[in-house]
Amino acid sequence: MPRWDRVKKSFFDWERLTDSFPHLLHAFVLDIKIFAWTTPCILIVAVLIAIARSTRAPALFPVRIFVIAYTDIMRGVPVILWIYLVGFGVPGIGLERPWNSPLIWGSVALGMTYSAYVAEVFRAGIESVHESQRAAARSLGLSSSQTMRHVILPQAIRRVVPPLMNDMVSLQKDVALVSLIGPIEILRQAGIDKAKFANFTPFVGAALIFLAITIPLTRFTDWLLTRERDRTGASKVR
Amino acid sequence: MNAKLTLNSIAKSFGDNQVLRDISLTIETGEVVSFIGASGSGKTTLLRCINLLETVDNGSILLDNTEITAVGLDPNPIRRRIGIVFQSFNLFPHMSIRRNVTLALTEVLGMSVDAANETASSLLARFGLSEKIDSYPDRLSGGQQQRVAIARALALNPEVLLLDEITSALDPELVGEVLDVVRELKGSGITLLLATHEMGFAREISDRVCFLAEGVVAEMGQPEQIFSHPSDPRTQQFLQRVIAAGRLRG
Ligand SMILES: Nc1ncnc2c1ncn2[C@@H]1O[C@H](COP(=O)(O)OP(=O)(O)OP(=O)(O)O)[C@@H](O)[C@H]1O
Ligand SMILES: [Mg+2]
Repeated sequence: MPRWDRVKKSFFDWERLTDSFPHLLHAFVLDIKIFAWTTPCILIVAVLIAIARSTRAPALFPVRIFVIAYTDIMRGVPVILWIYLVGFGVPGIGLERPWNSPLIWGSVALGMTYSAYVAEVFRAGIESVHESQRAAARSLGLSSSQTMRHVILPQAIRRVVPPLMNDMVSLQKDVALVSLIGPIEILRQAGIDKAKFANFTPFVGAALIFLAITIPLTRFTDWLLTRERDRTGASKVR
Repeated sequence: MNAKLTLNSIAKSFGDNQVLRDISLTIETGEVVSFIGASGSGKTTLLRCINLLETVDNGSILLDNTEITAVGLDPNPIRRRIGIVFQSFNLFPHMSIRRNVTLALTEVLGMSVDAANETASSLLARFGLSEKIDSYPDRLSGGQQQRVAIARALALNPEVLLLDEITSALDPELVGEVLDVVRELKGSGITLLLATHEMGFAREISDRVCFLAEGVVAEMGQPEQIFSHPSDPRTQQFLQRVIAAGRLRG
């Protein structure tokens, strides 16, 4: 039987927590950096994929096939496997510094998988815009790309902000997976401290730091969702 | 004769459903023509074909004696000359009323923002919508929204305006204000084609009425002739049903 004082000592040791907390916070800066540089790339690539998938011109059929294959393959394999494959694999083929950094390629792997997920969110948004909006725009003489840019995409993006935020919360956590191929971010730092102190409290500290970010983000997302529901609900009644 | 629009044997199917079989007609410049017919008779489809939102399977459409249905033709310049207003979902909900009207002016015609805003202001003023210029569509009544949609189509100075049941999604008390706008357009030189279930209005405003049935023009003529002395049995039957439903005084 595990005893409470043992649990407490092993997971909630105040001294160990205060000892490791500065390291953890310091390491967490790298998590934030990875998050900060992957997010814009993910959003841009995802919008481009979603637009490519929503095109209708017969000539663009090969493009559609390519992006469908891309999203299926990216989403069909665990994120961690892509991180190993790209994060270890690509630097291993003999690139020069700094291009052989697992940090870069781990982030790329994360960005590739997430762009596929986020592209699906954008696509759902694009498809949720009523067909007559497209007809109304085209009937005014707007080209299909002008229609996408001025009429479809702005409405689609507005609608998908809440689900998008959900994906961003996941991304924020999955950044820690990059630690498995080397970079010393918070999870790895917690592992180092845990080994040093022979105590699990640093992991609890890392968990607390994640929660301090993800819980406010999640609450904000819920608030956005409720607001969106109120807004569309109100206009349905009218 | 001054043919604005000529339809030659138009045919259009959706899968097995042949909606338009063989539609031929000529419409004069400045004429007001109403298309009537049972639900599903192809009024919307016909208007969408004229605006090139649908491609015809067969036949040709001529605008000022130039074929606009030719394969490989860029539809965008033609759509600028032929405006359309739909039953609903016309306006862009994420744009102010002003931007709804100016979008095509700045993006398609390449007008300056100032000039486009001026056009929008004067058009909206003409339709009594000046106060709403900075509002968003969901703040407007259905009738106001349809008036904005008409203003937006007119901003491009189209030669032909297609109105597809623009009052059928409206509460009865809002129908009048939209029909007033259409009355105002008559005689301004624009060619008006309307699909409508408002028989009284069709009778009042139209130079000619076209009754569609079974994918063809069953009967076409002056309102007096179609409504009071229909010769085709299908027209007679349709009008009897309409009168029974209280949508036209017998
Ligand atoms: N995009 C489409 N795909 C498949 N079928 C369609 C499409 N658009 C219209 N149809 C069919 O074509 C027929 C004619 O439709 P249309 O909307 O032109 O009729 P309408 O005369 O405008 O009817 P209403 O008075 O109800 O508006 C209907 O049977 C409809 O189901
Ligand atoms: Mg219709």
